[in-house]
Amino acid sequence: MKRREALAKLTGRERYVDDLPLEGFLWGMTVRSPAPRGRVTAIRFGKDIDWSQFVVVDHRDIPGPNVVALIEQDQPVLAAGYVRHVHEPVLLLAHASREAVRRAVRSVEVVVAPEPPALDFRVPPAPDQIQYGSDNVIKHLKIEKGDVERALAGAPVVVSGTYETGAQEHVYLETQGMIAYLEGEGDVLVVKGSMQCPYYVLKALQHALARDETRVRVTQTPTGGGFGGKEEFPSHIALHAALLALKGGRPVKLIYDRGEDMAATTKRHPALVHHRTGLTRDGRLVAQDIEVVIDGGAYVTLSPVVLSRAIIHAAGPYACDHVRITGRAMFTNAVPFGAFRGFGAPQSQFAGERHMDVIAGSLGIDPVELRRLNLLRDGQTTATGQVIRDGTDRLAVMERALELSRYREKEHQHTAFNATHATLRRGSGLATFYHGAGFTGGGEVALKSRLRVAGRPDGGVEVLSANVEMGQGTLTVFTELAAARLGLAPEDVTIAEADTGRVPNSGPTVASRTTMIVGGLVERAADDLRRRVGLDDSARGAAVKRAIGQWHREHPGEPLFGEGAYEAPPGITWDDKTYRGDAYGAFAWAAYVAEVEVDLRTCTTRVIDFVAVQEVGKVLNPTLATGQVQGGVVQGIGWALMEECKWRDGAMANNQLTNYLIPTSDDVPSVRVAFLENPYPHGAGGAKGLGELPIDGPAPAILNAVARATGADPRAIPLTPERLMELMDGQADVGAQHAAPLR
Amino acid sequence: MLRPYVRHMSVLSVSFILNGSPVTLDVDPASRLLDTLRYQLALTGTKEGCGEGECGACTVYLDGLPVNSCLIPTYQVRGHRVETVESLDPSALEPFERCGATQCGACTPGVVMTACWIHQHPELLGTHSIRELMAGNLCRCTGYDGIVDSVAEALWGTGGKRET
Amino acid sequence: MLASDGAAIPIAGGTDLLAHWPVHVEAHERTYVDLSRLDPLKSLRWTADELQLGGLTTYWDVIRDPRAGEEFPLLVDAARQVGAIQIQARGTWAGNIVNASPAADGVPVLMAYDAMVVLESRRGREEVPLDRFYSGYKEMKRRPDQLVVGIRIPRRRYAYQVFEKVGARRAQAIAKVGLAVTRSGAGWRVVAASVAPTIRRCPAVERLLETGAAPEGPDDLLPTIAQDVTPIDDIRSSAHYRTRVMARVLYHDLRDFWGKRA
Repeated sequence: MKRREALAKLTGRERYVDDLPLEGFLWGMTVRSPAPRGRVTAIRFGKDIDWSQFVVVDHRDIPGPNVVALIEQDQPVLAAGYVRHVHEPVLLLAHASREAVRRAVRSVEVVVAPEPPALDFRVPPAPDQIQYGSDNVIKHLKIEKGDVERALAGAPVVVSGTYETGAQEHVYLETQGMIAYLEGEGDVLVVKGSMQCPYYVLKALQHALARDETRVRVTQTPTGGGFGGKEEFPSHIALHAALLALKGGRPVKLIYDRGEDMAATTKRHPALVHHRTGLTRDGRLVAQDIEVVIDGGAYVTLSPVVLSRAIIHAAGPYACDHVRITGRAMFTNAVPFGAFRGFGAPQSQFAGERHMDVIAGSLGIDPVELRRLNLLRDGQTTATGQVIRDGTDRLAVMERALELSRYREKEHQHTAFNATHATLRRGSGLATFYHGAGFTGGGEVALKSRLRVAGRPDGGVEVLSANVEMGQGTLTVFTELAAARLGLAPEDVTIAEADTGRVPNSGPTVASRTTMIVGGLVERAADDLRRRVGLDDSARGAAVKRAIGQWHREHPGEPLFGEGAYEAPPGITWDDKTYRGDAYGAFAWAAYVAEVEVDLRTCTTRVIDFVAVQEVGKVLNPTLATGQVQGGVVQGIGWALMEECKWRDGAMANNQLTNYLIPTSDDVPSVRVAFLENPYPHGAGGAKGLGELPIDGPAPAILNAVARATGADPRAIPLTPERLMELMDGQADVGAQHAAPLR
Repeated sequence: MLRPYVRHMSVLSVSFILNGSPVTLDVDPASRLLDTLRYQLALTGTKEGCGEGECGACTVYLDGLPVNSCLIPTYQVRGHRVETVESLDPSALEPFERCGATQCGACTPGVVMTACWIHQHPELLGTHSIRELMAGNLCRCTGYDGIVDSVAEALWGTGGKRET
Repeated sequence: MLASDGAAIPIAGGTDLLAHWPVHVEAHERTYVDLSRLDPLKSLRWTADELQLGGLTTYWDVIRDPRAGEEFPLLVDAARQVGAIQIQARGTWAGNIVNASPAADGVPVLMAYDAMVVLESRRGREEVPLDRFYSGYKEMKRRPDQLVVGIRIPRRRYAYQVFEKVGARRAQAIAKVGLAVTRSGAGWRVVAASVAPTIRRCPAVERLLETGAAPEGPDDLLPTIAQDVTPIDDIRSSAHYRTRVMARVLYHDLRDFWGKRA
């Protein structure tokens, strides 16, 4: 099925939040902290502005607790006398003229008495930089299996390495934005905007505005990209727009400029990962000791969960009896980091997969053989003790990638090429990796996701879910699933707007769960609907339409819903205290091969071919699935080679698209995609989650390729030309500067 | 020596051809063509992605050439032809639907404008590749294959891949 | 207007002036002189001895001119690497000159072709060779009352010409290092961008090409390069990188010419 909203998007008719008509609205804007830490001693309003024309909101205007509800209640809606990062929101302004409010924002001076900020998560904080607990550690986590110290001591070979990943900015093409207004004699607050999780926004509004769910409703507007950047941050903008609307008594629109969006919103957590690996001489893994440290920034946000996923994936898709993985999320005075596609797994798997090639080099073993020896076979266990028995031939996934990329043939070609070419070097690199979809452990159960499929009077159905379309294909896949389940034509299925006033909480649009898990709820709710109109599970097509129509004639004016509620697959057990058990219901498995060409004159790296092979259960829609892989790969290429956040006082200094570079169409090759199938019995239509897997593999594959092409030993990304030049001139990589474990 | 046109007033009258029809507007001299299209004319198909001519989401045609409307003062289109995504024939967009050219849609109108312009000037493919011609339209979702395949499909309709 | 005001800013394609326009509220107060309707300045003209670009000739105008690709291929090379098609359709060569960025793309190739800047004002016409047009960072030999109405490029036979733009990606990139090199009967021209406060000729490198010993590797060029340019660390790149890249590109591109007398 073609993407159902494609024509609307292609013709420009699809309306995003800034496209919506809105009567008599005011433009909202945010006044922010200029300093990374300190006490706000004064707020000075410029004399050249008539402030009586503006709506001005500060923390005293917040009806409920001054907190943006998330995991820990530590982040204020508006700073109340103390700031912890540059760009922290302090004040809100609104005016009918956008230009007037821009001038006004510049005319407000926030005066901060500075205190010493913690700005480097890699080093222990000085005593006067402690701002969280006794050591600035937001979260500690540990995974243990076997006896790693003894195994390391007895291992014939031990290979250590330190790896570093930089922050990454989402660059969704539609910047963040919200509108807020009062409806129904002023008592219902309506908030609409670009978001991934309407119920997260609803909860945040209810909490800080002290309104129950009858007096606030949240609707997701068509969203121009999210990638995790619109998972938790929209709650802030929603609250800001709402506060201005409540105080000003007029609708408010708050749209971030690109520069503001890049500087003030969340980014991928930077990470530093240490590996100490024990092996036999022929390359079998004996012990893995891994330490993962991430920079959380100035508030907790989702850092504990990112850390969790990072450590769970840190040991890679390999069998090893003795594993210890420790993780730490650090507080710093950087702009808080947040969700970004992969959510910790890209960081730890960059380290793990680059380390595999470093190991191969140390032992003089072929990197392919090293993986062949160690890739998980059915019956073996992961680091958390989860028995893998899904029947996927993980070696076949790798073989297919080697085959499609003509890996061996290219190896010979590259050797000849590199021996004769004056300035260019070529090489291919491999990464084998995995990604667990859905929330970790008991997370999906805790979400208690619910979904409805309504029967319409005309005999068709409407899917009511809080999971949004942000380009990944939700509207199309839900339509296909409902239609297939009930034997209907796609035209008979509508998907309701994600409006909390109408749709139940089917959980957030994150963690690659939408098709696999929430799609399963679509199927359940469709089955339930069928039963409610007196049909058995085999009824399809015209019979279903007739029965639904008949039911409505017999119950005029009444709503007809089928309900689907999440139930965990049988046999999944997870212990959150010991971090042992079945971390995910299913893992998707992948092998990627990148071929690069490095220009020794400029040390620029071009990816000239890319093969992405994965097993994701069942592919429900090949065009959508292929598009997800290609998009994720190109984001991974950008993260590996050109996307660099440059920091000043913990905030992004290069906050414009001229200076923060994402790949253009001319920077990347065609991404060649292949799927192996192995239906997952507990995923809708047999599917496993797919959205995040593709960004776990490209960066290590590319760096492995560069290493093989040039002989350099990069350990950190982004591998900019400047950094590659330093490496090739003989300097050790950045990661090596922090090689000593930070215990 | 010709006298350049100078204005320093609070409102300007601007007449131009928009999507084939003549139009006259009073505009703020500080307005960009993008602002005039989106906020004054409610032609919201053209999007703002960066405000600095990097992303191409605001692409329109000025006298038949694709340009970034975020970098054009509205007064400069006086007497010229402007075409926006609203003027495109939807039936010509079928290859883009089929080949996965759009995901979130935020870059899409700009992409489609540039792509349709390439389609109107196939001789450009003698000196330029599709990827080079599309490089002024940033996309974060598709990885570009869906876009490039769609342009190739619209041009050559073979269903197969060519040097793009 | 320009003569009386001085603070009035001519605007042609607007691709530099309009960037981040809504955020730069103070820029809205300034006076702009809109050149876009001066049609005679748009076209480029071929004479027996010259290619004459108008004050409003765009990059795209040159890309589409069939003869430009044959006689002045560096102009087309550079134009194709300016931003992307949307910028090439609006950006003007004259605008690139007066924007005076040390990282400009058009200026190096014009300079390597010995271009002449034609300025006009109420006081009359003045012509300045482009390689003497810049006196310091963003400082140039253009009085506020002067307008660039044309760029004159002498037609010559070139034995060798190359343009290299080193950016962080293939399109829509600001040059970290730009190099334009030509060789003709008039001698060598080596022009460097992004390695000094202005775009400039590299006389020491040119002399080395004319008369000097062959370097054995790129590093041998470093002392000569140091006489001509002073790259810095900035948000885009580092002095170390820029210097080394310049040396390597020059060394490799000119392999056939080092150590041979002109």
